[in-house]
Amino acid sequence: MSATTKNEVLLQADKLTRRFGGLVANQDISVTLERQMIHVLLGPNGAGKSTCINMLSGDLPPSEGRIHFMGKDITGLTAAQRSQVGIGRSYQRTNIFPQFSVLENVRLAAQSRRQQPWSIFSKAMEQKWALEKARACIEEAGLGKRVDWVSGVLSHGEQRQLEIAMVLATDAQVLLLDEPLAGMGSEESASMVEVLKRLRQTRGILLVEHDMDAVFAVADMITVMVNGQLLECGPPAQIKASVAVQQAYLGTEDSFHV
Amino acid sequence: MNAQASLIPKLVALAIVACVPLSGESFYIEIVGKVLVMAIFAMSLDLLVGFTGLVSFGHAAYFGIAAYAVAILSPEYEAANLWYVLPASIGLSALAAFVIGLFVLRTKGIYFIMVTLAFAQMAYFIFHDTPLGGGSDGKYLNNKPSASIFGWEPFDLTNEVHMFYFILAMLVLVYLFLARVLQSPFGRVLVGIKSNEHRMQSLGYFTFRYKLGAFTLAGALGGLAGFLYAVLFGFVTPELLSWHESGNVLLMVILGGMGNLTGAIAGAFAFEAMREIFADITKYWQLLMGGVIVAVVLFLPGGLAGVPGRIKRALQGGDAK
Repeated sequence: MSATTKNEVLLQADKLTRRFGGLVANQDISVTLERQMIHVLLGPNGAGKSTCINMLSGDLPPSEGRIHFMGKDITGLTAAQRSQVGIGRSYQRTNIFPQFSVLENVRLAAQSRRQQPWSIFSKAMEQKWALEKARACIEEAGLGKRVDWVSGVLSHGEQRQLEIAMVLATDAQVLLLDEPLAGMGSEESASMVEVLKRLRQTRGILLVEHDMDAVFAVADMITVMVNGQLLECGPPAQIKASVAVQQAYLGTEDSFHV
Repeated sequence: MNAQASLIPKLVALAIVACVPLSGESFYIEIVGKVLVMAIFAMSLDLLVGFTGLVSFGHAAYFGIAAYAVAILSPEYEAANLWYVLPASIGLSALAAFVIGLFVLRTKGIYFIMVTLAFAQMAYFIFHDTPLGGGSDGKYLNNKPSASIFGWEPFDLTNEVHMFYFILAMLVLVYLFLARVLQSPFGRVLVGIKSNEHRMQSLGYFTFRYKLGAFTLAGALGGLAGFLYAVLFGFVTPELLSWHESGNVLLMVILGGMGNLTGAIAGAFAFEAMREIFADITKYWQLLMGGVIVAVVLFLPGGLAGVPGRIKRALQGGDAK
């Protein structure tokens, strides 16, 4: 892992626009993510948050705009290539390999860093480095007690933690997390917030989240989107006080899930 | 079921099959030999269908290419050397699978099924309609390859018993090879791709390469089966590449239970046995066969491979009462 310096810009998106036919899902969205920061994308349903995160992760090519990662233009890279340079993501809907054990899920993620498609005679379960790394990442994500469980039987919250462990195992410098707290109880949610704070120490995190309490508990920076447009970007205090944000939310029936 | 408990029935089955030549009946030796060849073919397809999630409907192409290769590469009036024609035939099938894979693996789902079928039909017509294949009558392999190594002959493929054990040895080797491959990092990635390819990509896997590797490997092993078929029967026809054959081997895999090597072998046995038995009963045997396959899909979703587990659960359920 490279040296961690504060205020180092990891990810920079400039004027991203995405059209689906005539629909403009994202228009001129610019986001900057620094190391040791949690940047939250906020907005009502349909605001275009998932489209935005999909463009950053490479799941969706932008119609216009550029994306830079640590100074390098990565706009043309595929999702797999972006994972290789250090951008990891989790999905809004839990996206694990349910028939595998927790360890195997994360081991498979770790194995992606040293791909040797030609090694068809070695045993995957004897790759010590991958197993050790997987165990460390499971511990870091707070799932230490569940290492040998079949992942499909974990609680919803634990599966979200597993997703994070998988992203960590890919050495990601940037974590793109799409609603990691969705569907969690208050206790699970609180422990996830602790995990996020711990991960922030060495990485940059971009979060899409609805849970307002959690958002203001962890956010260093908040970008508010409405109807595919960027409404306001700033520290939590500024967003809380913003008249524009209040109007955007209070003016519509689609409340903030407070 | 733990590894040792499942090993014993497998060894017993292997021993029973190995006793077939003791019967001395050419008919049984040849027909069981053919089933063993189809079992290798079914395992090669299971690598794609059951473990990687790629439903190929054109797998007969690789079977047929290697079968034709040995017939074409062998000189007309003398035996070719086994240690040359075997790797050459398998290599040609693997090469064809690699090149075809470059195209078909860019598609998914129903499109993948259709383009694999289309390429297999192209291969069918190449052997059916060009001077290369000898038309719809096919081509004879007049002399079975000789296993001679610098004058020493470890076995003789013109001897039906030797041929039988050669096929059986290949089946065991292919089984052990695939079992090993599936435990390797490569094999684990294939299973991950079957489960969720998109997730594998977001984890940084270049899944195309792995799928191409699996497709080529399956083509090579399908080629081995085709090679053995040609040597066993001494002639090849374009029908070996027809979509019926691609469908039959797919049915074997489904009957046996996808994603289970032993199941693929059992599926090949069940399929060929039903073909023999039903054909004795009626000329409409395909009707009966179709009924059985529908029943298996409805009532045994795990195929034959799921049967031991079901029996075990049923017995345990009985004990509890």
